[in-house]
Amino acid sequence: MDNKVPQLNIVGFLCNWCSYAGADMTGLGRNTYPSNIKVIRIPCTGRMDPMMIIEAFHNGADGVLVSGCHPGDCHYTEGNYYWRRRYPHLKSLLEHFGIDKRRFHASWVSASEGKKFAEVVKKVTAEVKDWRDNG
Amino acid sequence: MARIGVFVCHCGTNIAGVVDVTRVAKYAGSLPGVKVAVDYKFMCSDPGQNTIIDAIKKYGLDRLVVSACSPRMHEATFRRTAERAGINPYMVEMANIREHVAWVHSDDKELATQKAMKLMEMAVAKVRRSEALSKMFAPIEKRALVIGGGIAGIQAALDIAGAGYKVLLVEKEPSIGGRMAQLDKTFPTLDCSACILTPKMVAAAQDPNITLLTYAEVTEVCGFVGQFEVKIKKKAKSVNSKCIGCGVCTTKCPSKKALSEFDEKLAPRKAIYTPFPQAVPNVPVIDRTACTFFLTGKCKICEKVCPTGAIDYTQQDEFIKEKFGAVVVATGFDIYDHSNYGEYGYGEIKDVITGLQFERLISSTGPTAGHVTRPSDHREVKNVVFIQCVGSRDEAKKRPYCSRVCCMYTAKQAMLLKDHYPETQAYVFYIDIRSAGKNYEEFVQRAQNEYGVLYLRGRVSKIYERANKLLVKGADTLSGAQVEIEADLVVLANGFEPKKGAKEFAQLFHMSSDQYGFYNELHPKLAPVETAISGVFVAGCCQSPKDIPDTVAMASATAAKVCALFAKEKLEVEPLIAGVNQLTCSGCETCYNVCPYSAIEMKDKEVKRGEVRHVAEVLESVCKGCGACVGACYSKAVDLKGFTDRQVLDQVETATAPITDN
Ligand SMILES: Cc1cc2nc3c(=O)[nH]c(=O)nc-3n(C[C@H](O)[C@H](O)[C@H](O)COP(=O)(O)OP(=O)(O)OC[C@H]3O[C@@H](n4cnc5c(N)ncnc54)[C@H](O)[C@@H]3O)c2cc1C
Ligand code: SF4
Ligand code: SF4
Ligand code: FES
Repeated sequence: MDNKVPQLNIVGFLCNWCSYAGADMTGLGRNTYPSNIKVIRIPCTGRMDPMMIIEAFHNGADGVLVSGCHPGDCHYTEGNYYWRRRYPHLKSLLEHFGIDKRRFHASWVSASEGKKFAEVVKKVTAEVKDWRDNG
Repeated sequence: MARIGVFVCHCGTNIAGVVDVTRVAKYAGSLPGVKVAVDYKFMCSDPGQNTIIDAIKKYGLDRLVVSACSPRMHEATFRRTAERAGINPYMVEMANIREHVAWVHSDDKELATQKAMKLMEMAVAKVRRSEALSKMFAPIEKRALVIGGGIAGIQAALDIAGAGYKVLLVEKEPSIGGRMAQLDKTFPTLDCSACILTPKMVAAAQDPNITLLTYAEVTEVCGFVGQFEVKIKKKAKSVNSKCIGCGVCTTKCPSKKALSEFDEKLAPRKAIYTPFPQAVPNVPVIDRTACTFFLTGKCKICEKVCPTGAIDYTQQDEFIKEKFGAVVVATGFDIYDHSNYGEYGYGEIKDVITGLQFERLISSTGPTAGHVTRPSDHREVKNVVFIQCVGSRDEAKKRPYCSRVCCMYTAKQAMLLKDHYPETQAYVFYIDIRSAGKNYEEFVQRAQNEYGVLYLRGRVSKIYERANKLLVKGADTLSGAQVEIEADLVVLANGFEPKKGAKEFAQLFHMSSDQYGFYNELHPKLAPVETAISGVFVAGCCQSPKDIPDTVAMASATAAKVCALFAKEKLEVEPLIAGVNQLTCSGCETCYNVCPYSAIEMKDKEVKRGEVRHVAEVLESVCKGCGACVGACYSKAVDLKGFTDRQVLDQVETATAPITDN
């Protein structure tokens, strides 16, 4: 996918210990991805308050990605289990309110998975773009 | 009203080569509350930091945004800078415009610059809501846990103990020593492995600061740097502390069911055994899966012959729970299993052996007392073919990495063979010879020139068994010729692999591993023995393949880190923790139930005059700041310092708003 997708705004919430570090690794390895995503660092996916995601869409974000440690690897042992439980509920709730499912994503990216982070962002961006362009 | 300074770093050309840093600084200057915005070549350098300090004084700043590299890299640096200029260190935010912008969006400078502006603006939005926080301290349990009793773990334990701190060394096998104990001689000096290792094993056993726990494994870990709480399983040895190590039981035991792990399955071992004669501690264990008594209910010979009554068939696995301030992980490696190399006979040809088996064959304490004979028919050998890079540098086997040690140990083994049997001929098939290291290249040269080892550059395509011989077919890519060697024995240089169970072990500590399973260091260059988990360090081959000198150096480095930690009175911890607004807390106990650290207490408390309610309270010294309670609270009564709802929401709002630069 082309890295240049103008006028598309994606907010990314990355946990400090795995996915944020993984995104740093993407840079270290000079892997490229579309620049639409703006990352907000959070301590852990367990800190994700649904309000923050709703607020992002409310403010006009086209897409949201939440990424944390692989299940079992959360720095705080259990945070991502809470998030894993919350995510599908929130997703269907948002769909109910008219937020297309292509706009809201979750992923597990570890501190060493720099390449994977680039892949995730490409995939998420492509889906959000698909929603925007094709409805 | 906030007085913010924004400092945009070029990082040489790392950032400035992609991002228009002047434009970022200019945009910063236009944002409300920003009193000064400048760009500079290297913000983290001394002059860079002084620029910040001068600006703080000149403009009376009370908070900073540094647009530079990852906060994981330099947040601590700039917090200290702020502190030096008299600002609270938690009034600093970083915008990561290197790892998250310049390095990943180099294909479009305009979009990269716009994103850098945005990330900076988000950091400004966040820092506007920052509050001064005071430092917090936690106690340190000045006792180290070293896991794995190979040369890495032994060295780390000795060094930490030498500095005066207590160490618990946990080893899962019945003896410490690890792989090094299995080796015959070591490159590049050809000194005997046991001769240099045994004294260290004994020193570890005798050091009053070191407690050895063999036949034991860590099963549970909680806590954090300074205060790890670790559960350890002491497997039942079936031999108690009365044992004097006479070895009579082992001699008399009739069971021949098991194969010796130490001798790489080249010989049987008894059911009651020590892995090798110099084992430390010199106390046998009963392998219950092989013991006649445990299998059939009859035998008990060892009990009868033991002079001290040390045999105890009723012993049970025992669990202990202890506290440690720091942990060194030194769990070592396994070698690649070549049974999926069809060209080498799928591991089914008896006289195709591993390098580690060769070490046992040529070792005078090995199963053949140092005679290199064929495992199939015990005949002596004449022609021996060594094949390098088995499970290393092989994309097809998903092992593209170099195991670093095999070129050297192959040269060593070929030389040792010639030393023992001058009439033999050694052949080595190789891809490249990698012999970087002090006196290493000279060593390989000696193998070729003095010992007449024949090096053939190329791969082996097939090994056939024919008339009591092994026919090794391959190519010599230097001469372009096809070669066929009639060999008696083939020795494979099996590459290094993470220890079996490395993944499950990593999860105990929430350590991360690379794609192969070797444990990740915190930084590949600048923090090679730290891990992402503060207080947990890695040494030796569990981190990547390496030889003994590198393993020992790394182990000593971990010890230095542990000692530096223990030398502190108490530990400074981040005050980025949760706090409950008891006026809005409904007492639902949700936070109490989700907190992974039991850092929330429910209390009946007078929250307003005359109003006693059931409310939550955060135990500040226990809270780790994960935010699980914040994400879960229905009443929005809990918030997280440094990542408050207000801060995150302002970041969200800024992230979604258009850039207003012109
Ligand atoms: C065939 C061969 C020849 C070699 N020759 C040389 C040479 O000549 N010169 C040289 O410099 N290097 C040589 N090496 C390399 C050398 O063996 C390693 O550098 C060294 O053994 C690494 O030590 P370590 O402590 O990291 O790992 P190991 O020796 O593997 O020790 C790890 C220890 O941890 C224990 N352990 C594992 N998991 C756990 C757990 N969960 N709980 C408790 N304990 C655990 C293991 O039982 C083991 O005792 C050779 C290697 C091979 C394979
Ligand atoms: S009971 Fe028998 S088989 Fe078991 S260890 Fe003792 S002697 Fe060996
Ligand atoms: S942030 Fe909340 S859930 Fe996490 S440790 Fe602190 S009190 Fe417990
Ligand atoms: S710390 Fe990464 S998900 Fe919890």
